[in-house]
Amino acid sequence: MMTIPLSWWLTVAAALFSIGVYGALTRKNAIGILMSIELVLNAVNINLVAFWRYIAPHDISGQVFAIVVITVAAAEAVVGLALVLAVFRRRGSAIVEELDILKQ
Amino acid sequence: MQGVIDFLVSLNIPYVNASVARYIVLQVLAAIVAVAAPAGLIILTWLERKIIARIQDRLGPNRAGPFGLLQAIADMVKMFTKEDITPAKADRLVYNIAPGLGMFAAIMAFAVIPFAPGFAGTQMNVGLLYIVAIGGLGTLAILMAGWASNNKYALLGAFRAVAMLLTYEIPMVMTLVMVAVVAGSMSMVDVVEAQSGMWFVVSMPVAFLIFFLSGVAEVGRSPFDLVEAESEIIAGFHTEYSGIKFGMIMIAEYVHMFALSFFTAVLFLGGWQIPFIDVAALPAPFAAILGLISLLVKVFFFVFVMMWLRGTLPRFRIDHLLDFGWKFLVPLTLVLLIGVAFVIRLFAPGSSVGIPVAAGPLSGLGMPGQVVALLVTNLLVLGLALVVVSSAARRTRSKALRAVSAVDSPVPTAGK
Amino acid sequence: MFMPSNFDPSQIPLVPIVFWIMTLFTVGGAIGVVSSKKLFHSGLYLVLSFFGVAGYYVLLSAGFMAVVQLMVYVGAIAILILFAVMFSRRPMAAESQANRQWWLGLPLMLVLFVVLVVTVGSVAWPVSGAEPTADTVQQLGVAFLGSYLIPFEVVSVLLSVALIGAIILARGKVEGEETN
Repeated sequence: MMTIPLSWWLTVAAALFSIGVYGALTRKNAIGILMSIELVLNAVNINLVAFWRYIAPHDISGQVFAIVVITVAAAEAVVGLALVLAVFRRRGSAIVEELDILKQ
Repeated sequence: MQGVIDFLVSLNIPYVNASVARYIVLQVLAAIVAVAAPAGLIILTWLERKIIARIQDRLGPNRAGPFGLLQAIADMVKMFTKEDITPAKADRLVYNIAPGLGMFAAIMAFAVIPFAPGFAGTQMNVGLLYIVAIGGLGTLAILMAGWASNNKYALLGAFRAVAMLLTYEIPMVMTLVMVAVVAGSMSMVDVVEAQSGMWFVVSMPVAFLIFFLSGVAEVGRSPFDLVEAESEIIAGFHTEYSGIKFGMIMIAEYVHMFALSFFTAVLFLGGWQIPFIDVAALPAPFAAILGLISLLVKVFFFVFVMMWLRGTLPRFRIDHLLDFGWKFLVPLTLVLLIGVAFVIRLFAPGSSVGIPVAAGPLSGLGMPGQVVALLVTNLLVLGLALVVVSSAARRTRSKALRAVSAVDSPVPTAGK
Repeated sequence: MFMPSNFDPSQIPLVPIVFWIMTLFTVGGAIGVVSSKKLFHSGLYLVLSFFGVAGYYVLLSAGFMAVVQLMVYVGAIAILILFAVMFSRRPMAAESQANRQWWLGLPLMLVLFVVLVVTVGSVAWPVSGAEPTADTVQQLGVAFLGSYLIPFEVVSVLLSVALIGAIILARGKVEGEETN
C-alpha cells in the first residue's frame, strides 16, 4: 500500500475538488450545480479516508467522519432536489439565471 | 479450492507459482459462472414455459426437440436474426449501454455466493451489502433504458419500475440486516457457517417471507411485473428494444431471478448444507459436489415457486404495490428488526476475542433457546401486524358501509 | 521466449495500475460532469465518478466504505438526480450547459488546484506505516454506538427531517388544502 504516497491521493482529491467548484460556479442548471457539489463532497471523503489509512489506521474515527459526510450529503441532495422540483413546478424552469423575481 | 491450486502448482508449468495458480483457478471459476448463469437461461425459459403451460392446463412448447427442450435455442436464433432497430432520436450511447449494464449487474451478483465448502468467488467481509449495491446498479440500467428510448411509454414504464424497485429495496435490506445480526457477520460464507446449527428459515420464517417477496418484486416477476406489464403500457421500459438488446434484457431478468434464488437458498436455507449431514467434513471432491447439488436443488425449488406465482396470481396495480411496500412491509420489517436484535442481545454468548462482548442474560439457554425465541418473536410480530391491518380494514369497511346505507345525505357511491 | 527467465507474474505492480484506472474513472467522470452538453449524460458521468471513488476506497483498505459509497451514492443519490433530470428537462435538448461566467471560472479552478497541491505537498505528513486491522466493520459499529453516539443520533434526526421536508416540498398542491 505504501507504493502510492499520500500526496498522490491528496492531489487527486484536490483535482476533484477544483473540478467540482468549477462546476458549481459555471453550470446553468440547478441540478448541474447539485451534481458538482456532490463531486466536492466526494473529494472531501477521499481526503478523509486517505488520511485515516496513512496516518492513523488504528483509529476508526476517520471512517466514522467519512460515513457521516456521506449521510449528510445524501440528506442535502434530497432536500436540494426537492427544492429544484418545487421551483420547476412553479416557474417552469430550472435554469438558475432565469430565477430572478427577487431582483430589483 | 486449495486442493485444485496445489495440484496446478505441482504440475510445474513455467511462470506458474502459487499466486499465479490461484489467479488462474479463480479466472476459470469466474468464467464458468459467467457462462453458466446465462446458459442456465436456456433451462429456465424452457422450465418457465412448461410450468406455466401446465398450470394453465395446456401443454407448452413440444415441437422443437423432445419435450420442447430446444425451444430456447430456436428463440435465440430468432432473436439473433431480428432486425436491430434504433429509434430515431434515441440517445445512442446510453441506449446501447443500458442492456449490457443490466446483464453486468445481474451476473456480478454471483461473485459472493458460496457454492460449496471452500468454493466462493471472494470472501468479502461485506458480502451482504455488495448484493444490495449490485441491485442498485440494475435499477440504474432500467432508468437508462427508459430514458434513452425517447418514448413516453418507455419513460413512464421506467419511472414506475424504479419507484417499485426503490420501495422494495428497503424491506430487502432490512431482512439482510436481520440475517447479519443473527449470523454475526456480513460475509456470505460466515452466514452459511452460522446456519450449521439451525437454518434461518426455521428460526426466522417471517424474515424469509419478506426477503423472498421483496426479492420477487426486485426482480420484477409476477405478480409484481408491472415493470413489463405486457398488457398495459406496451412493454414498459424495453418498448424500443429489439433483437439482441432485447435478448440481453431478458437474460438480465432471468439471471437476476436465478441470483435471487441463490441468495434465498444461501441466506435462509443453509446454502450447501444438508440437514443432519456435515458436508464440510466429507473428503474433498465429495464435499464440493454434494454441496453444489444440494444448493442447486434449493435454488431450483425457489425458481419453481417464482414460476408458480407467475402462473397463479394476477398483477398488482402500482398504487397497491407502493402502499403495500411502504405502509405494510417497511413498518413490519422495522419492528421485526428491533425484535430480532433484542433477542440476539439477550442470548448473545459473551466473547473476549477481538472486541469484548458481554454475555447476554439468557445465553445459558444456548442455540436452541435462541432459535425458539427468534421463532416466537417472528410469529408475534406477524400476528401483531395482521391484527393491526385487519382492524384497519374493518374500520374502512364499516365506514364505507355506513356511507352506502345513509339515506338522508346525498352521498355518492362509497369510495374506499 | 520473449520474457526474462526470472519474470514472476505475481510481482506485477497491480496497485499503481488500479490506482491509475480509478483515477481515470474519477477525474474523467468529473470532467464529463462539468462539461457535458446533455444533463442526463452529466448524471451518468457522475455515476462513473462515484465508481472511481468506490475503487479508491477499496485500494485504501476501506471495503465497507466502498460498498456504502456504491449503495448510497450510486444506488440512491445518482438515481434521485437522474429522476430530477428526467422530470425537469425539455427532453433531448442539447444546448450548452455553461453560464455566462465560465471564462472566469476556468482560471479560478486552475488557481485553486495549484494552491491546494502546493499546500498539501509542502507539509511533511506523519505517515505511519501500520496496517489497519481486518475488523473495521466491528470497530465502526462499536464507534458509532460508543464514542460517536451523539453524531449518530443527530445524523438520524437530520435524515428524518430531510425525508419529511423533501416530501412536503415535492408534494405540490393537494386537493382540499389551502396554501397560505
